[in-house]
Amino acid sequence: MNARTISLAIAFLLLATVPVWIPGIYYVNVASQVLIYAVFALGLNILAGYGGLVSLGHAGLFGISCYATGYLLQAGFGHSFAIIAALVAGVAATAVFAVLSLRSSGIGFIMITLALGQILWGLAYRWISLTGGDNGINIKTRPQPFGYSLADANHFYYATLIVFLIAIVMVTIFARSPLGAALMGTRDQPRRMNALGYHVLAIRFWACLFSGLLTAGSGILFVYYTQFISPQTLSLTSSAEVLLMVISGGAGTLLGPVVGAALVVIVKTVVSGFIERWNFLLGAIFVAIVILMPEGLVPGSARLWRLATRRRGQKTPPVKETAP
Amino acid sequence: MSALTITGLRKSFGGLNVTRDVNLNVEPGERRLIIGPNGAGKTTLFNLITGDLSPDAGTINLLGRDITAVPSRRRAHLGMARTYQIITLFGRNSILHNVCLALLGLSPLRWNPFIDMKRQGHIVEDARAALQQVGLERIADRPLSQTSYGERRRVEIAMALAQKPKVLLLDEPFAGLSIDERRDVHKCLMGIPRDVTMVMIEHNMDVALEFAERITLLHFGEVIVEGTRSDVVNDPRTREVYLGH
Repeated sequence: MNARTISLAIAFLLLATVPVWIPGIYYVNVASQVLIYAVFALGLNILAGYGGLVSLGHAGLFGISCYATGYLLQAGFGHSFAIIAALVAGVAATAVFAVLSLRSSGIGFIMITLALGQILWGLAYRWISLTGGDNGINIKTRPQPFGYSLADANHFYYATLIVFLIAIVMVTIFARSPLGAALMGTRDQPRRMNALGYHVLAIRFWACLFSGLLTAGSGILFVYYTQFISPQTLSLTSSAEVLLMVISGGAGTLLGPVVGAALVVIVKTVVSGFIERWNFLLGAIFVAIVILMPEGLVPGSARLWRLATRRRGQKTPPVKETAP
Repeated sequence: MSALTITGLRKSFGGLNVTRDVNLNVEPGERRLIIGPNGAGKTTLFNLITGDLSPDAGTINLLGRDITAVPSRRRAHLGMARTYQIITLFGRNSILHNVCLALLGLSPLRWNPFIDMKRQGHIVEDARAALQQVGLERIADRPLSQTSYGERRRVEIAMALAQKPKVLLLDEPFAGLSIDERRDVHKCLMGIPRDVTMVMIEHNMDVALEFAERITLLHFGEVIVEGTRSDVVNDPRTREVYLGH
């Protein structure tokens, strides 16, 4: 067994036993939040990290799946139908986003996604008959898959963990696949990819849909977690926050968005209980990351580790040769 | 049937005419050299041929098929490959990965989001074979960031060859190379089989003349001289606008 397999096994074991070693329901819920935002960040990372397409409208897509779930449950539909329909709605909305925004890249893409996200946020506020406006939509129950009520914090954590692991496996497979490689190619050299025979626009479109699927999945988990959805979820701040998770953890890496999500959620929910100016702390952490590890926490830590081990190797005195 | 036929090709950027009624006919298997002073429109001509730019007028035929309106990406599928004057590779990846990307570009596998790219044995084998053609097989797994400029030039050529093109466009493949690197690139270009038609832009006349069978001289977007090596080199217009002696 190599070091990577051992690390993965330890990480899995730690995640699977969170309700055992974490004291209290509050922290189990925090862990659930970390995983929900990790799935969201993984979704955005498909575009921003692997595709080089920075979206500032992803909270809008996240919100669509939240509202779809809430609205359908309120209308009397069952959980299964609501979840599937919310996934479809999220992906369909992403397709519309993609068609409108993929005509440009770089700053143009950012601005179009920002505008689309703001339109959805405005609709959530103003289309009161559908969204409940400022009052939002309440969800009364959580699903009970196989008889396990997700109303229990521990059960809900495990449901979130399963979705998170599925998302991780999906992203891992995608990143290693030809389509994933093609997406990264379009990020680095779109013109070259075109000349090599790739349909750059279509590749980016499929990447958007995959990103939308993960975003919708995290949105559904979120709405079940909070049992409430309001326009605040679709705000620009939410889009910026998840983008910061991706960038601070390491865009274009598998674990970067997960670490970024953990960092932001823990500072927001746990540290904010002890430090009044937690926003300042979060800002200071981001500044430190940008200065010390501009590539993000995960690749930055890996770089520093390599540097440290190389230096240690250099400091080791050479073995003296002894005469036979 | 010609490998590449260009008729009345015109392109302007605002008031600047960069390609003026260019006519070109390249026979299958031919080695054609395109020369001209800086700003003559050589790279623009390549960009028009590959579809990176659309012409204002004129037609482009590849192996008897009119490709003037065919999108750039489709031209690769029809047998056209190119290298760039400014090396355009995937710097975060290994040499092998770069060539695999070139191979996947023409394969339906490029749409597959489920399979592991590294486990596609035939793709990897073909990529290694292409690298062997340019003498880079032994460093195939090396990250591109750890390669020399000359090796990168050869990676570009390997990527083009991996696509098994019928027409290969080489934009200044010797630019910026040391004498040793130039020799390596020259060797791998000379080793390209005759079933590949090659059109090359090059300023380095020593290596270019050795390569070319026919030469086209462009000046201010116009073809002013075309013919065999000796015809073009001995033409007074070539001396006047390009060779300068």
